[in-house]
Amino acid sequence: MHYSQSLTPNSKFLALVRNIFLFIRRYFNLILFLLLQGFSIYLIVHYSNYHKAVFSKTSNQLTGKINTQYNNIHSYFTLKKTNDSLSKAIGILYNKLKSDFELPDTSSHFIIDSIKIDSMERYRKYHYFPARVVYNSVAAQNNFIVLARGASQNIKEGMGVIDPASAVVGIVTNVSADYAVVMSLLHKDSHLSGKLLKGGEAGILNWDGKMPNMISLSGIPKSAKVARGDTVISSGLSTSSIPKGMMLGVVQEVKADKSTNNYLVKFKTSANFYNLEYVFVIDNKQADNINAILNKVEKKDN
Amino acid sequence: MNALVKNMIRFMLFILVQVFVLDNIHLHQMLTPYIYFLFILWLPFRIGRTQLMMIAFALGFTLDSFRHHPGFHTAACLLIAYIRPFLIGLLIPQEGADNNYEEPSIKSMGGVLPYLIFVGVLTLLHHGWLFFLEAWQFGNIWYFLVKTLLSTVLSLVLIMITELLFTRQQKFRTNTV
Repeated sequence: MHYSQSLTPNSKFLALVRNIFLFIRRYFNLILFLLLQGFSIYLIVHYSNYHKAVFSKTSNQLTGKINTQYNNIHSYFTLKKTNDSLSKAIGILYNKLKSDFELPDTSSHFIIDSIKIDSMERYRKYHYFPARVVYNSVAAQNNFIVLARGASQNIKEGMGVIDPASAVVGIVTNVSADYAVVMSLLHKDSHLSGKLLKGGEAGILNWDGKMPNMISLSGIPKSAKVARGDTVISSGLSTSSIPKGMMLGVVQEVKADKSTNNYLVKFKTSANFYNLEYVFVIDNKQADNINAILNKVEKKDN
Repeated sequence: MNALVKNMIRFMLFILVQVFVLDNIHLHQMLTPYIYFLFILWLPFRIGRTQLMMIAFALGFTLDSFRHHPGFHTAACLLIAYIRPFLIGLLIPQEGADNNYEEPSIKSMGGVLPYLIFVGVLTLLHHGWLFFLEAWQFGNIWYFLVKTLLSTVLSLVLIMITELLFTRQQKFRTNTV
């Protein structure tokens, strides 16, 4: 009697452990299902953490290689289109040449053509790297583009991406050794800043996930004059990696928002996300400089 | 052919077809047909639930790696892998039919209708959960419903065409041998 009484709390505990184990064994599949489901939802929500993880780099490297193999074949079918877009881009650049302009007063040439701009890289603000698109999606709610150019070819996170006709495509979000993942404008978290060419009012871009090529521009005050057909350009404000004046799109729809003092503006993107073949990645050489100051200010505020 | 080798080849083929062929189709700009999850539906009867979920996780994660935003397809594949055994238990005509045949098909499920229900329910669940997770961040319900229904119909048509084109040899295995 004496022994059994002293053993009861212990045996009660053992029974509890046994029951827990029985419970886990019985509902093992349900628990596993819930755990894995929870893990995948965690990945969806904390996708920026995933991008920081090491295994995303290796998986990027792997899928990138497969994508490149596919693209090597696929690119032959779009050669004509690619040629057209590149020749158009060259046309635009030819029209920007200094020899296109002739001024009666030649002295101005000396001022523009100073050594500073050409040979001393420290005064350069933007640098363009050409890159080939190896994967591109438009039908998902969050769309990405993969470029066959990565960290070992000077691509860094946060760089801007434009197409050959200088229309904005997106921002580089993740870089592996030879590949870069670009968050296109057609992404929930893509909030670049754009402005109206005519009036200069700036707003924030966001995609509602419905129509590819249709993006809304919020924060345009009702005092602004907006009409269908107006041009929307990049403001050069939100990310210092996209220069000011790059084409974003053409306004299609203007509605007055009753609850706020703003317009609801929808525009059609200039970049055709369905057939991107080549793009340019833009490096802002002065970004580090600007960010250093911004960080200082933020530290002071906190 | 060895079942493992056969399924490994299927896995790769389904992923490649999904990523490089079907993902490039955009009907009415936003509808993309899905077929890769047919791999889960075609897995043998005798695979345990735990293994089934592990395989589904691997399949979803592989597709997500190509889409660069992980989680969506993984979650949808897990759901159908979890539901599949229940559904087979409900739909299989007589006791032991799942021992007589290798994997779910029109023949082993005992007719077109049970198989159609099997594929239809799992397709709807897969699409519903996938688009729900996507739409949840945007919050437009009608769009989500319409997209789910239309995509399910589109995928079902595609699955039926696949079934007709690639007839799987289903041998009747007697348990006397």
